[in-house]
Amino acid sequence: MSRAGGGNDIQWCFSQVKGAVDDDVAEADIISTVEFNHSGELLATGDKGGRVVIFQQEQENKTQSHSRGEYNVYSTFQSHEPEFDYLKSLEIEEKINKIRWLPQKNAAQFLLSTNDKTIKLWKISERDKRPEGYNLKEEDGRYRDPTTVTTLRVPVFRPMDLMVEASPRRIFANAHTYHINSISINSDYETYLSADDLRINLWHLEITDRSFNIVDIKPANMEELTEVITAAEFHPNSCSTFVYSSSKGTIRLCDMRASALCDRHSKLFEEPEDPSNRSFFSEIISSISDVKFSHSGRYMMTRDYLSVKIWDLNMENRPVETYQVLGENHFECCWNGSDSIVMTGSYNNFFRMFDRNSKRDITLEASRENNKPRTVLKPRKVCASGKRKKDEISVDSLDFNKKILHTAWHPKENIIAVATTNNLYIFQDKMN
Amino acid sequence: MGEEEGLHQTQLLDTMFVRGLKRKCFDGEEDIEGTLAGIKAVPSYNLQRQSLLDMSLVKLQLCHMLVEPNLCRSVLIANTVRQIQEEMTQDGTWQMINAQNTGQASLDRLVSTDILCRSSGDQAEGKHVPAYGTFNKDFESDQAQDGSETMSTASSVQAPRNLQSNMWEEMENPQENKGNFQKSLDQIFETLENKSPNSVEDLFSEVDNSYYDLDTMLTGMMTNTKMGHCDSLETFSSPTNTASNSNCKSDLNDLDHIVEILVES
Repeated sequence: MSRAGGGNDIQWCFSQVKGAVDDDVAEADIISTVEFNHSGELLATGDKGGRVVIFQQEQENKTQSHSRGEYNVYSTFQSHEPEFDYLKSLEIEEKINKIRWLPQKNAAQFLLSTNDKTIKLWKISERDKRPEGYNLKEEDGRYRDPTTVTTLRVPVFRPMDLMVEASPRRIFANAHTYHINSISINSDYETYLSADDLRINLWHLEITDRSFNIVDIKPANMEELTEVITAAEFHPNSCSTFVYSSSKGTIRLCDMRASALCDRHSKLFEEPEDPSNRSFFSEIISSISDVKFSHSGRYMMTRDYLSVKIWDLNMENRPVETYQVLGENHFECCWNGSDSIVMTGSYNNFFRMFDRNSKRDITLEASRENNKPRTVLKPRKVCASGKRKKDEISVDSLDFNKKILHTAWHPKENIIAVATTNNLYIFQDKMN
Repeated sequence: MGEEEGLHQTQLLDTMFVRGLKRKCFDGEEDIEGTLAGIKAVPSYNLQRQSLLDMSLVKLQLCHMLVEPNLCRSVLIANTVRQIQEEMTQDGTWQMINAQNTGQASLDRLVSTDILCRSSGDQAEGKHVPAYGTFNKDFESDQAQDGSETMSTASSVQAPRNLQSNMWEEMENPQENKGNFQKSLDQIFETLENKSPNSVEDLFSEVDNSYYDLDTMLTGMMTNTKMGHCDSLETFSSPTNTASNSNCKSDLNDLDHIVEILVES
């Protein structure tokens, strides 16, 4: 992928960066989730301060055929506020853990956003006209004396500056004792699931006062707890199928038709541990941080501490592909639109892509140093300590505080959004 | 995963484990060469394991001191502790630990763990910094006092009498060391269980401290966890008792660094 020209190699270029320039990061600005909508026209980010910022891609400029539209701020709103649970003396963080878009059905856009405890359905709608010509009020808004009104005047809509409004349409609360880590919309577009450390609930988008519990792994005796749920997702095509990953490195595929409570999995995906690799950290490093179905639904990808694995849903006993990468408990991963490339974040503001066909991989860096548009990103190389060549970075010098936890790939094009702590970088492939 | 890939993983972890030290030392005091010279090679397996065990225990206790523990983190650390325990039971390391007279060495280790607590506390939960501050203050001042005084002055209503006497018994009878580790774990669990009249479930779910003033709770927990800690450390001194304190400290910092990277949320 790092070679110029030829074949399927992509050359990634810097496109934009959003966020504060200075190194002093306000905690509220830390980006906690990134998600493209189904068309790729909108890009949503959530942050630790409970805000959602939506960017919209400009329509393509016919004269500038070598670059795609830029993403500019479309709407900003406060999705969640900090809350205090008085009964348990607990503060509930407003940090947005996940955003998921609904497919567009009418002029408005809908998305689900969640913090640790509450999921909200937001409607984002545009207003570009307003009614004018009332004769019932004065200029300043005071109502005129009705006796002075002698004609009937129907107001007409006149164009106005575009205003984008976000309003909460549903609030799904009080269904999770533990912290919500995932939400996933079903392919029926009517239901969705929400998962916390020990339970998964099924909701209907129209109904907020009830949800069905479909997975419960809480043991009767909490002292026996050895495993938690780390991520869950619905299958992209099969509306009765979903998967959830655990801290023990297993993925369970469940079919909701089998029983109301999906405690017994239909398939269990687990790679047997190589006993020669056993270390103190075996327990910790097998934990899966993210699971994502491919767009086709044939494969799924999991991210654990040291690797990205691709699983064929038809084979449970081992992954079909494994890619080595350094990571930790909360790195996400994503597929490109054609399921041929997978991407995940790493330390030092590096992110990595693996081409499943060519088996080549590339490491790139999100940094303001390459901030000229259409500058091709230079591939980075991490080497073992002591063997550093020119331009390489030794594993000792990695900054473990600069993490790219959240990445997203445009559903159709080669445009990616990569979030460092408080900046959002947008890269696209070089079009020529 | 292929053998080669597995080797890569282990090398990576070893690299992080040993080299993580460089980063810590760089921030301050000592000359890198001097420190590295003090650590001749990769620390022995037993020492590594010992250090990881101690540190995991501390982290577990710290996890449970939070009003709202991170469940995933607690579970991962607890599983690691269990794994080490099983391994130590299997290879008979338990028997070796008996005869060692820890005395001064264990206090030194308390010192290094104290620093460990402070650094991980500051990193982990911004909201709870005051709690950690208090914890460390009492921790340090308690060390200076005689053990028995600490027990009686700090014994708050929360500490059940029988639990304290159990701990006392263990400190005075170092021969009774088989299964001590499990007992220490149980004591930690018991402590938390007794703190709340509700079920053991509070260990991992949100702590129900509505019956206690926050300060009193913290004091109670500090006493009990400190005693639990003291107890567990006393019964496990490392078989390869390292000469210098800085080695201990830096090893713990190493492990702290690794584990923080791995479980940090």
